[in-house]
Amino acid sequence: MNQLRVVAVGHVDHGKSTLIGRLLHETGNLPDGKVAELRAISERRGVAFEWSFVLDALQSERDQAVTIDTTRIWMRTPQRDIVLIDAPGHKEFLRNMVTGASDADAALLLVDANEGVGEQTRRHAQLLELIGVPRVVVAINKMDRVGYDAGRYTAIRAEMEALLERAGASATAFVPTCAREGENVALSGSPHMPFYDGPSVLEALLALPERREAGGEALRIAVQGVVRRDLQRIVVGRIEAGELAAGREILISPARRRARVAALHVWPEREKVTARAGESVGFTLEGPFFVDRGDVISDTWHAPALATSFRARLLWLGARPLRAGDAYRMRFGTRTANVEVTEVERVIDIEFLDRGTSGFARTNDVADVVFSSPQTLPLDGVDEYPGLARFILLDGLDIVAGGTILAPLGPNVSNDLVRVHHLLDADARAGRIGHRGAVLWFTGLPAAGKSTIAMQIERRLFERNCNAYVLDGDNVRAGLNSDLGFTPADRHENIRRVGEVAALFADSGTIAITAFISPYRADRAAARRAAGEAFHEIYIKADAQTCERRDPKGHYRKARAGALPDFTGITGDYEEPQTPELVVDTSLLSIEAAVEAVLAYVEERVIAPARRHAASWP
Amino acid sequence: MLRGRLPGRGRSALLRPAAPTRCYEGVTLLDELEARSIAILREAYFRVSPLAMLWSMGKDSTALLWLVRKAFLGSVPFPVVLLDTEMELPEVYAFRDELARAWNLDVRNELCPPETSSDQTLPPATRAAARKTAGLRALIAREKLRGVIVGIRRDEQSTRAKERVFSPRLPDGAWDVKHQPAELWDVYHTDVADGQHVRIHPLLDWTEVDVWRYTQREEIPIVPLYLARDGKRYRSLGEKNITVPIDSNAATIDEIIAELETTRQPERAGRVMDHESEDAFERLRTGGYM
Repeated sequence: MNQLRVVAVGHVDHGKSTLIGRLLHETGNLPDGKVAELRAISERRGVAFEWSFVLDALQSERDQAVTIDTTRIWMRTPQRDIVLIDAPGHKEFLRNMVTGASDADAALLLVDANEGVGEQTRRHAQLLELIGVPRVVVAINKMDRVGYDAGRYTAIRAEMEALLERAGASATAFVPTCAREGENVALSGSPHMPFYDGPSVLEALLALPERREAGGEALRIAVQGVVRRDLQRIVVGRIEAGELAAGREILISPARRRARVAALHVWPEREKVTARAGESVGFTLEGPFFVDRGDVISDTWHAPALATSFRARLLWLGARPLRAGDAYRMRFGTRTANVEVTEVERVIDIEFLDRGTSGFARTNDVADVVFSSPQTLPLDGVDEYPGLARFILLDGLDIVAGGTILAPLGPNVSNDLVRVHHLLDADARAGRIGHRGAVLWFTGLPAAGKSTIAMQIERRLFERNCNAYVLDGDNVRAGLNSDLGFTPADRHENIRRVGEVAALFADSGTIAITAFISPYRADRAAARRAAGEAFHEIYIKADAQTCERRDPKGHYRKARAGALPDFTGITGDYEEPQTPELVVDTSLLSIEAAVEAVLAYVEERVIAPARRHAASWP
Repeated sequence: MLRGRLPGRGRSALLRPAAPTRCYEGVTLLDELEARSIAILREAYFRVSPLAMLWSMGKDSTALLWLVRKAFLGSVPFPVVLLDTEMELPEVYAFRDELARAWNLDVRNELCPPETSSDQTLPPATRAAARKTAGLRALIAREKLRGVIVGIRRDEQSTRAKERVFSPRLPDGAWDVKHQPAELWDVYHTDVADGQHVRIHPLLDWTEVDVWRYTQREEIPIVPLYLARDGKRYRSLGEKNITVPIDSNAATIDEIIAELETTRQPERAGRVMDHESEDAFERLRTGGYM
């Protein structure tokens, strides 16, 4: 049988820690001397012997006789190893309860027979489904306090059955117990409770079937990052679902690029061709693909949806209420995204009386919430790929919620929006045209010479029978980007579109030359992602004084006069390229020499490789 | 440490399924633990910088070092640090030097301040152990570390059982055990406030016997003091002034595993500081000890 992780939950003081302590004792899982040690500790505190001191190890927990934080303890039985996770029942420590429960396969839910179902009993029952622990054993504890009354047991059992059903969970057993005395804990058949002939708590736990979380069959890997080894870029991550195999075609989202797995890598080195769900893997891709942390790798036939909006169910842990318009950072998979609350659709009342549209959620509420993000996100719903649908919300450095993505929303939703295959590939195009497509991305300060050089390069390449085209700032803004202004967001979008268009030109076999200041590294990195290996960053360099002296369009003069706010080079920042493919310093070179330098580079890096390739054809 | 077993019964099967979210055939508990630890190490590396790992040369942190090499395809992309009180056993220093050479490690030796700088209200052995807390604090301050990887396990000690995988620390390195943040599934919160650091615990879910089985399976080197000679061996390897060997005839890893199957003694029985007072270890850990 297999290891089982069980979290003990329920209302404060209903006896979770005591039941676990007793269970460990009865199964011989306490080390020698532990009982004597606990007896001494109890005497020192002047209290009756406390089994809960086995788990409540903190001084403050023992002093107050309350579990504060979750803990774990390993229990061996001949049939199965069990990891017991004790979780606090006090409302104030709900974050610790969900922390413990989120690591469990099944739950042991305790109810005090005397006090009956409490507020935290209901809350915990409700949270089990959200956390992903739907299988439950219920212990109706402290039966001695109600004179081992069968009627009391039956009534609580009926109430719990209804409660769990509404919560989307189900119990495999309802065990009447007296944990302090060990009745129905490890051994069943308490003489005080002849009305019950079911299993003990231990027997019920051992009988739980293996957990197999329902999930999709397609490959899912949330990329953790790229490890460089020698000249290889090894993509690393853990397989959430499906299978990864060398030679297989995969899809990278949100870019929706197809790529082929070149090889799997392990250390110590050995041959490895496939890897399955659960494995932490490293692999390389064939060809010029740029993969980054946060990307999702999937099979081509079933990819995550792409959307900017989604519905989620969450447990709100923040001190202030959650309201529409609030902005947070969300972590899911390996991605961190900015999200905004569009609507708090409903708070799910712990009595399961739908409060309807309440508009906000308070601390410890479970709520259905619609989020939106300025980014297009690769999204999977919790029913299909729970490992990628679970998230935390961050407000600054504080965790304010945990939850699951229920479903992506909006017009962009498509699990199957997969690139259509061209019937031609880059080699075929290059064979006809005589060179591969490329993006020559010129970046530099205003008046550094980008446009001048770009236009000359375009003509010289044309004369050399190459397909080349310049995407120039003003020209693009007059058409494609005529809806954009000069706000920071619009500037980013302007560059993003140019990057995508340039990548399409390159894909068609054209040498696209872009002449944009493009001052931000992040924007240039995005353009590089779009075009992959076809991208060549060319830094047209000139010091600010030289540029201002040239000032062919009079922009520096206007900026100095205050007419152009955020003018790069005067009031706006320019982030120099760190590792451009080529640097051309126009404060040292003439325009002619600069053009020759760029042409030499294009000849060597763009044109010659295709020639060599063509020459090697049979 | 509260691990034992039903006396006189057979040992449970080694083949077990994966963690809750990922079950599949033929995968052992060790495979699952390994995959999870590698994922944690990669999260730490890609999210937290500057980063360092503590290496005491014990079985746990040496197995962890092996996992680091698996995670990063053979290399160890951050420094590994010994908090040195100059009280380790000679075999331990010899092991460090040998492995540092063989594995090409960037090993740093952080000499810990003298005991007089520790909290004088702590019991004697605990006070001696607290030198490592002071050494760690100095290391973090000097190197401006935002993350420290530590090979502790939940089953070792009951306050460690309450740890998080990513455990944020107060500016002085203290562990605010009463106000730990939530840690949900394996969606780790890796951000660190300026001037603070996070402890990263990739072995938290491993047990003592898991580490031994893994050490055996992967053929990871160990300090020979773990193996019995003349009826004694170190079950937990600490500094010579505050650690004693246990009675044992386990002279191979197989025999250690068999011994652990039947023992009812806690792992840290040989650590003097754990037994000085009820709260000694809690005070040590909340002060910033590993």
